[in-house]
Amino acid sequence: MTRYTSATPDDRRQMLDAIGVGSAGELFEQIPEPLRLGRPLALPDGMGEAEVYERLAALAERNADAETEVCFVGAGMYDHYVPAIVDAITSRSEFLTPYTPYQPEISQGGLQVMFEFQTAMSELTGLPVSNAGLYEGPSSVASAGYLAMGATKRRKFVVSRGVHPHSRETLATYSAGYGAEVVEVGLEDGLTGAAALAGAVDGETAAVFLQSPNFLGAVEDVEALGVAAKEHGALLIVACDPMTLGILKPPGECGADIALGEGQPLGNRLDFGGPSFGFFCATEAQIRRMPGRIAGETEDVDGRRGFVLALQTREQHIRREKATNNICTAQALNALGAMVHLAWLGRQGFRELGELLVQRTAYARERLAAVDGVELTHEAPVAREFAVRLDAPVKKVLDRVADRGIAAGYPLGREYPEFEDGLLVAITERRTKAQIDELAEALEAAIAAERNQGPGPLSPHTGDKVTGGVT
Amino acid sequence: MQAEKARTIFEKSKPGRRAAALPAAEVPEKPLTDLIPSNLLRAEPPRLPEIAEPEIVRHYNRLSRRNFDLDSGFYPLGSCTMKHNPRLNERVAALPGHARLHPAQDPRRAQGALELMWLLQESLGEICGLPHVSLQPSAGSHGELAGLLLTRAYHADRGEERTKVLAPDTSHGTNPASVTMAGYEVVKVATNEQGGVEMDDLRAKLAENEGEVACLMLTNPNTLGVFDENIAEIAKLIHEAGGTLYYDGANLNAVMGHSRPGDMGFDIVHVNLHKSFSQPHGGGGPGAGPIAVSDRIEPYLPRPQVVRREGANGDGPSFDLDFERPKSIGRLRGFQGNFGVFVRSYAYILSLGGDGLSEASETAVLNANYLKARLAEGRAGERLPIAFDRHCMHEFVLSGKPMKRDLGLATLDLAKRLLDFGFHPPTVYFPLLVDEALMVEPTETETKESLDAFADAIEQILAEAEDTPDLARNAPYTTPVRRLDEVKATRQPVVRQQFG
Amino acid sequence: MADATYPDDLRYHEEHDWARIEGDQATFGITWYAQDSLGEVVFFDPPEVGTTIQKDSSYAEVESVKAVSDVIAPMSGEVVEVNDALQDTPEQVNEDPYGGGWLVKVRLTSPEEAETLLGVEEYRKMLDR
Repeated sequence: MTRYTSATPDDRRQMLDAIGVGSAGELFEQIPEPLRLGRPLALPDGMGEAEVYERLAALAERNADAETEVCFVGAGMYDHYVPAIVDAITSRSEFLTPYTPYQPEISQGGLQVMFEFQTAMSELTGLPVSNAGLYEGPSSVASAGYLAMGATKRRKFVVSRGVHPHSRETLATYSAGYGAEVVEVGLEDGLTGAAALAGAVDGETAAVFLQSPNFLGAVEDVEALGVAAKEHGALLIVACDPMTLGILKPPGECGADIALGEGQPLGNRLDFGGPSFGFFCATEAQIRRMPGRIAGETEDVDGRRGFVLALQTREQHIRREKATNNICTAQALNALGAMVHLAWLGRQGFRELGELLVQRTAYARERLAAVDGVELTHEAPVAREFAVRLDAPVKKVLDRVADRGIAAGYPLGREYPEFEDGLLVAITERRTKAQIDELAEALEAAIAAERNQGPGPLSPHTGDKVTGGVT
Repeated sequence: MQAEKARTIFEKSKPGRRAAALPAAEVPEKPLTDLIPSNLLRAEPPRLPEIAEPEIVRHYNRLSRRNFDLDSGFYPLGSCTMKHNPRLNERVAALPGHARLHPAQDPRRAQGALELMWLLQESLGEICGLPHVSLQPSAGSHGELAGLLLTRAYHADRGEERTKVLAPDTSHGTNPASVTMAGYEVVKVATNEQGGVEMDDLRAKLAENEGEVACLMLTNPNTLGVFDENIAEIAKLIHEAGGTLYYDGANLNAVMGHSRPGDMGFDIVHVNLHKSFSQPHGGGGPGAGPIAVSDRIEPYLPRPQVVRREGANGDGPSFDLDFERPKSIGRLRGFQGNFGVFVRSYAYILSLGGDGLSEASETAVLNANYLKARLAEGRAGERLPIAFDRHCMHEFVLSGKPMKRDLGLATLDLAKRLLDFGFHPPTVYFPLLVDEALMVEPTETETKESLDAFADAIEQILAEAEDTPDLARNAPYTTPVRRLDEVKATRQPVVRQQFG
Repeated sequence: MADATYPDDLRYHEEHDWARIEGDQATFGITWYAQDSLGEVVFFDPPEVGTTIQKDSSYAEVESVKAVSDVIAPMSGEVVEVNDALQDTPEQVNEDPYGGGWLVKVRLTSPEEAETLLGVEEYRKMLDR
């Protein structure tokens, strides 16, 4: 087995002597006999590094990743290009291996990174205060709900159906605990129904939750929708896609009290869904209710500029049951990756990337809408993702297109039964014009084949039955 | 390094500099305002830095050197389990098959990932002695919230409404914080001198709150690093009262392969993969807090669950995400969880195997007891007595009360002076049960020499303090910055760069 | 920080709060001991004017960098004024706990509650224990 321990028999003898026992087993005598396992763990024997590598590589081989299948799947996590310097910097021991910066004198690296990250996210969202990150997007939404309850002393949430289904589900799970009522407002032509929203908000509403671009890719008029929240003294909470904040009006300029979301597109890999990070920004008024860590600037005894964890009395280690949130470990390394990526893109590059996404998305949307059997689910403006409806069973179409090495998109049907055979198609700067054209062709061929019940695809598919392996 | 003034990346920005070269659009371009109404567009781009690649790299490299880290030195933080982070784990996590896999990929084309998750689940189930595992929670406190929501669902399913959760006054802050977030009220249970649950108080609190107690949250070994010998009785009492017993897995490193929380009577356990299972701490995350539960709690587990299905017609088994869970509490987060962390933890478990995990715990306990024995000698023995004098498990707590009384040195001062000696200090001022507490957890990956060097440093600092107590009181001297004005940071918070 | 002082014209509560009674009104604050234990005060979260506060219950919070403390009402009453100056200079609670560091003024609802409070000697004795 691989060992990371060093104790030789000689070391052990010396240590046991110093302790005054004959064997390490004696140290375990404090465990009552009936509770001692008394047998080896039923796990395989440990292996050497090379063997472990082979095992993990074999498992990796059985995943159709974005190198095997061109990835048009989004739904909150996107196949962006993460520059090499992100890997180089986040793999440095000094960032990878330390603990949370509770001893600030020896954690200035981590604390300054947090400060820089907070600045960057504040700039992106247009709100003055940012924390140093939460777990990911959906749980950040749920944490925002908890904040809103504390701030308004109310218990009702009004949530647009355009908010990511995982966020809505997570909010519902948390609400069952902290005791909030969740009211959903539907979409009309791809956008949150304004009248329906205004009708749902009242003096009992703690917060209104919107997302822009919404789950169907549509850019919402957050400012207009938010008026209902303002009128009733409810907080306006807006989930957003960080990669679009170079070109879309940020929530902070649209009246949002809180802007948050899934940070993965910034500097983080897909990693089958995590780890990534959630960003969380707010108005000055909410600073004392913010969840998560916040780095603040200060000076040392000699007047040197430095950074510390600020406002720790919000947090669980001090305020315990009255803490603003229970979060302890968050996603510090992932936030570092985001900061490096944003520095690499830079002010101009970040804007240009946003524009690139909009142009390619517009092109993709046009190409796909022109395909026989593909229809747009809505015509609302989009930034980097859009929804279509197929005139053929979406799963079968996706299987056929996968055989051509393309993951065509996210099937909408499970979470949006009203869009059966719906598909969400996402664009990143890695999706070239040629790939978009190929997607259109592949969809056309697949839909035609399904309509004609044409010859089956190259690999065995058995409809809904789960089979093992890829090919 | 002290002479180097801290400058943020924004302060190194100069208009016109850039690192990224982006691809050309390639597609026919339209005016932006044709595609998105101008009232929805941003007027000015965010003020991100304008800086070229060499300067970015230099900035973060230099910044990294203002950190002390585990790869560089001893980090005996109690309850944090700062064990070595194997680099193999980074290599396998970076394999494109794992790293570039979209979470919404069709499960039939993500079999490697799902099988890995299932194997990790099985391994954790065996280690914890509870068969049903969800990998969804992103951290220990997320697992705690999950456990409490599971408890709520369990009682609701039985038509019971309970409002209170018991937790020791010495519990980690995340425990009571999670209780409130889950909609319960905290009732504190007293801790006895051995750091375990005060049994009479437990019985009293159960009696006072009959029918109201949903759960008791504990860790074992307890916060003094001692195994609570009453655990079987505690489990019996809480179960008789109709509540669930929750295990905070922060101290699991003491007992892997030697005792299992499921066997101790716990219903729900969270495991910190960034503690016992070598996931790097990353300066504050990422981690993961999977939960293992008993049969009666299983129906309520988060959705989706990773499941294994037997193959038909001679096919091998396959793995899937099961969404058909009618009694599930629902989702706790997006997608499936911190998969990158699962890859590393699974690689760690494969590397050590059952034997290795057992050995890891044994060595962790050996190292802790050895360091405790060293610190019972000389000046440390006098000024930093052990809070509870018997064999500890993987960590122990010293009290700085005599040091404060006799030398005028607070535990904080000792901690700051240790920084000058190249050590990360132990956890300070926790648990509150002990005056001027110092909680030490060496972990199994330290050499005997490392432990000796630490003990020697403590001895030296205490000797220093006999002559010149001011030395420690104004420490540290050699770190990138010295003691920082935390009052100023909190009174007038400056939490982002201000641009002129 | 100033030396430990306990004015003799005040009444004291065992949770380290003081009351200066003037007719049917009283001013409340925390004692030297309380501010010393807390450390440098960074934030005072006051109740709203018009709130009713109950003797022996918490009516506000005072924060230092590393701790949060409930402030206990020595007597019951309706809040008529809060010390807004503390928003900008919370350190007054440390520097002048009985003067500029006052927290709230109330109109007393049960003036006889003063009987249950400690005089300066009794409070001092309690501290020495």
